[in-house]
Amino acid sequence: MIVPYFIIIPLLAAFLITLISSDDDRWAIVISILAVIILGILSVIGFISVSKEAIVYSMGGWKIPYTVCLVLDPFSSFMLFIIPLIGLAALLYSISYIRHLSKSWKYYALFMLLITGMNGVVITGDLFNLFIFMEVALFAAYSLVAYGGKAEEFEASFKYAVMGSISSSLILIGIGLTYSITSTLTLAKIAEVLPGQNPVVVNWIGAIFLAGFGLKAAIMPFHAWLPDAHSSAPAPISSMLSGVLIKALGIYVLIRLFYNVFGLPKIFSDIFLVLGGISIICASLLAISQWDFKRLLAYSSISQIGFILLALGIGTRMAVFGAIFHILNHAIFKSLLFFNAGTVEMALGTRDLRKMGKLGKVLPITSTTSMIATLSVSGLPPFNGFFSKMIIIIAAIQAGFFQSAIVAVIGSVLTLGYFLKVQRHGFHGEKEFNEITNVPSTGMRTAMIILAILCVCSSVLIIPGIKDVVFDPVIDTIINKTEYIQLVLGR
Amino acid sequence: MKQSDGMTVIVKTITRMSVWLIILYGIYIILHGHLTPGGGFAGGVIIALAFLNVMLAYGRKYTEQWLNVRIMYDLVSTGAILFLIIGIFGIALKGSFLANILDLGELFKLESAGVIPIIDIFIGVIVSMGLFVMVWTLAVFHLEDGGEE
Repeated sequence: MIVPYFIIIPLLAAFLITLISSDDDRWAIVISILAVIILGILSVIGFISVSKEAIVYSMGGWKIPYTVCLVLDPFSSFMLFIIPLIGLAALLYSISYIRHLSKSWKYYALFMLLITGMNGVVITGDLFNLFIFMEVALFAAYSLVAYGGKAEEFEASFKYAVMGSISSSLILIGIGLTYSITSTLTLAKIAEVLPGQNPVVVNWIGAIFLAGFGLKAAIMPFHAWLPDAHSSAPAPISSMLSGVLIKALGIYVLIRLFYNVFGLPKIFSDIFLVLGGISIICASLLAISQWDFKRLLAYSSISQIGFILLALGIGTRMAVFGAIFHILNHAIFKSLLFFNAGTVEMALGTRDLRKMGKLGKVLPITSTTSMIATLSVSGLPPFNGFFSKMIIIIAAIQAGFFQSAIVAVIGSVLTLGYFLKVQRHGFHGEKEFNEITNVPSTGMRTAMIILAILCVCSSVLIIPGIKDVVFDPVIDTIINKTEYIQLVLGR
Repeated sequence: MKQSDGMTVIVKTITRMSVWLIILYGIYIILHGHLTPGGGFAGGVIIALAFLNVMLAYGRKYTEQWLNVRIMYDLVSTGAILFLIIGIFGIALKGSFLANILDLGELFKLESAGVIPIIDIFIGVIVSMGLFVMVWTLAVFHLEDGGEE
């Protein structure tokens, strides 16, 4: 029974770190990296073992409606794989980057709590439990955003905390409403009872959840916190927030709720389409005008989340495949880009693209990997971003959503536009640099190289044989809405 | 009188007389969590408030000598780890996280309800120490960084 260990291991690691580290961070690094590696191995084992039949785990030995249950199905184990993957890269990157700020174990303890929260959200099968783990992850995120201790970081963290609390209270209201009409909090049980309820109330609950979790996912009208928070946080945390947090807390829960619980009513798939389109176009246009490297990346995250949401709005099998694939790809290349931005910031002391220049000579690995990430995010073959965007666009055309396909194509071109700006000014500009003070360490370079290789390698997941093994079980859990009910309740 | 010296002698006397009673009440609430309203969290908050009472009445300097704040930091994590270990014992012995591994006992007796009283004690430790340490950290942070008195 591996299921509860997805929560126990990072939680235990967090408190062990606080207990045994005194002044330096050596043990903290060892424990946290060990914990993340174990989580990664467990998630692979989990993915293999649930591809035939999912695991439902009841806490405390009670029966389903009376207990909190944990559900490990292919979709959640897919997310559970992405979290330690990006987490490991971020930890490798953090070792010397965070020593640059302070030599403290607190960062690693908070990092482990962040992973605990995200793992909990992904694995739980209970609505209120989901809320609690979401808050664990969010509070770790608030403090990690402010970790640098400068004024703008506190401002960003405060803004994030205010917006996050508003959305959390919306979610809590939604949970209360759900409980009042269904008398249960187990997601599968809600899914079973909900179709017989008053559709007006159900739609209102959906609207409240859409606003609440949409804010966590930073969909366009609810995006205001993201550019501040993601650009002020330390680089590895930006990569965790952009790469995993907005997906685990936002997109994952939206898929779980609206596909598996609500059964995707037409009105919500239309809203997904519209909001996705708005996110793609508006965030891209906003990103073009940015000169702050990390802020540009943050706006780009909103736009890429738009692609995922658009695909979810289309709702066909192929579109869901595109969305899932894009979740993985975006986690990889956006984390890599934030690492690049962090390295440049550490080396030159600036995030302003105008103050950068020819960096190929002084930061060769950063420059090369940023080029790979740029090509991935802009959707050029043979990098992974190309395939997921292509699938989304083809799915839109197949399903007859031509406007959405055009929006996605325009968004893709705009993405290429603002990333060419990054390359032109940030890495291949006129200004010459001969010497820099803070050379990136081995850990930072390793993290960037790993992710750059993954950018190329994850393209192979599109090959039919591999796709059948990796993605088909995931797509099945999302598309077959009623299967989730049968799976958890065992009927 | 500086802020870190605490309040007047009346407040100090009352605090000295009441602090152990408050802590005792907190322990009572924690231990009877499975029988009466209350439990680990409520009792923990009461204990934390007793310590905070001392901090407010006597000031930071005296409290630092009276209490070992360093150990309180460690107690928070110890409580959490012990909680998790009880949960893992549940997996090992009964096959499910936080499953009951002890005798259920007789209803309405203090030693009943299986592992719940033990879990309540750990939660009480986490909450009391955690809450106190939180306010303590805020107080220390404010003065060391040149906050205006």
